[in-house]
Amino acid sequence: MTMTRRQALVVTLGISAAAMARMPAYASTEEAEAVVSAFTGGAEPQAGRIVLTVPDVADNGNAVPVSFEVESAMEGDDLVESVIIVADGNPRPEVATFHFTGLSAAAAATTRIRLAQSQTLTAVAKMADGSFIVDRRDISVTVGGCTG
Amino acid sequence: MSARPRVRVPETATKGEAVLIRALISHQMESGQRRDNAGNLIPRRIINTFTCAFNGHPVFSCDLAPAISANPYFEFSVKATESGTFTFTWADDDGSVYMDEQRIEVS
Repeated sequence: MTMTRRQALVVTLGISAAAMARMPAYASTEEAEAVVSAFTGGAEPQAGRIVLTVPDVADNGNAVPVSFEVESAMEGDDLVESVIIVADGNPRPEVATFHFTGLSAAAAATTRIRLAQSQTLTAVAKMADGSFIVDRRDISVTVGGCTG
Repeated sequence: MSARPRVRVPETATKGEAVLIRALISHQMESGQRRDNAGNLIPRRIINTFTCAFNGHPVFSCDLAPAISANPYFEFSVKATESGTFTFTWADDDGSVYMDEQRIEVS
């Protein structure tokens, strides 16, 4: 059977539409904000003493190094209780929640995460005095992780 | 697939020093988003919690989502207060708990 160019085009479009339908839906900025809001109890986190470090470009979305550090004495009121990492372009926005104590030498940690596509990462720290601070980083992902 | 923890803690430290701990466990971290060849979703199975305690006191912990890479890796630092034992635990979605212990001498 020979195909006209138009038929071939229709078939190609159909196949890519089917492939798209199989892809998981991605979280939106709104969903990511909802996760942050649940963490802060609705409070608006302020920019400040937290630094989120990610590469500008990640070649492999399956293992992207992520670090954060909050400037803190780690005692008394100046203690970081927890830090949440949220991704707005993954199938699910939650990435990790870290919990610190008075035995932590610094409110800092490093891990490796999966990113499905280029997106914005958000880190929010909860301080012992009830305040919240935030940092955001855009990251370009060459080959997405998560799906397969 | 067996989960094998590998943790690096310095053997000695001076009192008050910040000690860097690196913890890794071999684990597939099946995200629950992937499909098998028949098109069926492969059920999620990840390490969902990692904890570090020192002489029984909580030091550091993390709640993990499927967005954490396979073979989850953590780096964090701890105040060296006294000699003792770090206990590390990893909780698997299937109910298993993997453990490791490391001793430190603080002078």
